[in-house]
Formats: sequence, C-alpha cells, structure tokens
Amino acid sequence: MEHGSFTDNSAATFSLTDEDHTIANAVRFNLNQDPRVTFCGYSIPHPSEARVNIRVQTTGDPAREVLKDACQNLMLMCRNVRCTFDKAVEDFKASNAVKAMKIDSQDSSGDDSEESE
Amino acid sequence: MGQLPPHLELQRSRVSCNKDAPIHTESIQYSGAYASMGIDNSSRLDRFSNNFRVEVVRLNEDDMEFDMIGIDAAIANSFRRILIAELPTMAIEKVLIANNTSIIQDEVLAHRLGLVPIRVDPRLFLAIVENDQPNEKNTIVFKLHVQCKRGSPRITVKSDALKWLPNGSELVKETRNATSDSSSKPETYTYFCCSQETIPEFVKNPIIPKYPDIIIAKLGPGQEIELEAYAVKGIRKTHAKWSPVATAWYRMLPEVVLLEDIEDDLAEELKSKCPVNLFDIEDLGKGRRATVARPRACTLCRECIRGDDWEKRVALHRVKDHFIFTIESTGALPPEVLFTEAVKILEDKCERMITELS
Repeated sequence: MEHGSFTDNSAATFSLTDEDHTIANAVRFNLNQDPRVTFCGYSIPHPSEARVNIRVQTTGDPAREVLKDACQNLMLMCRNVRCTFDKAVEDFKASNAVKAMKIDSQDSSGDDSEESE
Repeated sequence: MGQLPPHLELQRSRVSCNKDAPIHTESIQYSGAYASMGIDNSSRLDRFSNNFRVEVVRLNEDDMEFDMIGIDAAIANSFRRILIAELPTMAIEKVLIANNTSIIQDEVLAHRLGLVPIRVDPRLFLAIVENDQPNEKNTIVFKLHVQCKRGSPRITVKSDALKWLPNGSELVKETRNATSDSSSKPETYTYFCCSQETIPEFVKNPIIPKYPDIIIAKLGPGQEIELEAYAVKGIRKTHAKWSPVATAWYRMLPEVVLLEDIEDDLAEELKSKCPVNLFDIEDLGKGRRATVARPRACTLCRECIRGDDWEKRVALHRVKDHFIFTIESTGALPPEVLFTEAVKILEDKCERMITELS
C-alpha cells in the first residue's frame, strides 16, 4: 500500500502488513546506501498490529523504483552471504577431516614403532 | 576515492567503550554522510562481495560459532530474528487422550508433550492449513501408552516412551453408521494414504524425540496414560515450542588497544586485573612490556580501565562490522543448515515485497 501524492512520486510512504523489524530495518539500511535517497526511515505504528510504514524521499526518481532496487540489492546480498557461508562451512569440514586423518596416521605410526621395539 | 582521516575512521568503524557508556554506537549508513569530504559512503554490491568473509570457528552436531566480517548490524540482526522466530519446525500440537488416570492433568501433560523437541527435518512436511485433514504430508503421529501395575514401584515416563506410528492414527472414530461393512478400513482421526515409512529419509532414521531422557510424567501404582499426539509444522512466532534454536546470538569483535607502552610494574598490574587473561607480558632486554594476546576473549568488563589514569593507557573498542555468531540448535536441523534456511527466508521476504511493489 503506497501513500503518496499524484503529482510528486519522488516521496512516498509504503505501508506493509504482516511485517516487522526483521525486513524493515534491513530494507532501510539498503535504502540509506543508495545515493538517490535523501531521506528514509521506518516506523511501527503500534506493536500489537503487524504493520510497518517505510518512508522514502528521493532526489527525483520515483520512490517505488528506488524501494524495489533496494529490495533487489538485499536479495543479491543474501545470496552472496549464503554462497560465502556454504563455502566456508565446506572448507572447515574439509580441513577438519584432514586434521582427523593426520592424527590417525600419527597414532598408527606410533603403534608401529612400539611393536618393532 | 580518498580515505577518511583516522579519527573519523575510528568513529565510523569502531564503537568506543568508555568507562561510563559506549559512544559512536550508531552505524553511519547514509550515502552522503561524508560528502563534504568528497568520500562516497554508499556501498555498492561489488564492494560488499569483495569485503564480505565468513570464518567458521567451531562446528558440532548441535552448535556452531562463526565470524561474519563486512556485514552491517541491521542484516545480522535480521538473520538472528529469523533464526529465532521464523524458521519452521515440527512440534506436537494436538493430543488425543484416551485414558489418563495419573496425577498430571490432561492439559499439563499436553503442554509438556508439546515442548519435547523432535528429531525430524521439517522441510519434508507441509504446513497444515485451517480446514486441512491431517495426512501423511503434514502430520506426525506419536503414541504413548504406559501403565504402572498395582504392586510395582512408581515409574517415570520419559520421552523415549513416545512411539512413532508411521501408518497414522490407531484410534478409531465412532461412526454413527452401524451398517458399515467390516471389510472397509475403520475411520481414524488421520487420513494417511500411505505409510510414512516409505519415504526414503525415514527408512534409516525413524522419527524419535531428540533427547530420550526428558521426564514427561510420573505414575504411581494403578495409574495409566494412553494417548496419541499429532505433531505439525509451525513457527516460533505462534508458540515457543516451535523454536528451531535453543538460542542464537551475536556479539561484535572486541578490540583492545594500548595507547602507550606499559612496562614493568604497570604491566604486571594490568595482567592481574583482567579476569579472562587477555594480556601477556613479553620480556624485552631491559624490561617487561604488556601486549594484547587474546582480544577475542574480552567480555568488556572494563576492569582494565577502572582506577585513575588507566583510561589514558588502555582503549576498549568493538569493531562494528565483525560479528561473532553463535547458533545452538535444538536438534531438528544441524546449525549450518539452520543459518542457510534463515537467509533463504529473508530472500523470500524481499521477493514478496518486490512482487507486491510491481
């Protein structure tokens, strides 16, 4: 739901239902990073009602487009986070497996030397 | 693109923890914040992907600790909120009690059963909608039938007494139709078309509660409990029993800076002050000097800046974009899968917003 003026679409308030700080703060952060934005913020009118108002004011571009771009950026950021995280977990598991193998081989070589004596 | 002068860079990237309160806690996100100095504070996606790193410190079956470097507090907090509140899990919701002569009341018993964590991957099930019938795609059926015979000592009913019924409910509904033929299957409270045992994931791992020694009830001689419990998918926003993590939290990386050289007696004093031993004394030729050995262990107790003059010698900071995440799973999913699912849920939310805006 968008509340804006018909003549000037560079400033608008978007009212989202069934949302809370989780998505609103993340989107607000991304909006701030965009150089076309002069002002952005979010508020929760009442804590018992799951509704968030996001206010966007831009330097001329339509506010709707800027918000959409911010959401796209957030999505791409999330995908990046996921890829990096998966790779880090795989690397960690692989290096742990190597360490476990090294410890095993050290143990077995220790046993051999004892037997030979 | 120039660099910020050091005092501004400190203000932008570190939280200074002073004796009374921390300062510079807000993250400076506005793209034009340093425009008057000619520096572009806007973060492009390519800069983010170049700077962002994840380092796993510890990874067990039930918990993990990892570092996220290069991300902002807003996104890290979103992940934490989703991990706690919006990841779906399976938990017992409906309990059909056939017989309960124990001293534990029906509702208390049902409440305790709901809180038992179940070791099953919730992604294999669909969420149950209002008027849906419970079938093999959205319900797990457990049976509990314990009896304490007269003359035998008291028994404790633990969570390993919950038996999984892969074929659905065994309690028969009373049909008013007396002329129903005996060859048709009697109608039960669930409508399973096929046994859940045929699903390949459950062939080797039957569905059981994660911890077999959770005390559910205690029975005296002559008391009996007979019930069927249905577990469905839900999220923690509805009730805490559907929480996939015991908890998940993050803290920013602590940084301890020695503003001047601390030598000899002062060094010994500093080392003895710190309760987590993060300072070490190194021996130079003509004296001893204190160094910071383990800044990551700092709990920010501020003992090292207590007392006169210590604030001039030691500075405590927190790095604003380095988060040490810890996730403790309740057992349904391993912690690294939990985090990946949380990120996917944030992506889905963004996508929903984009489709609504178009």
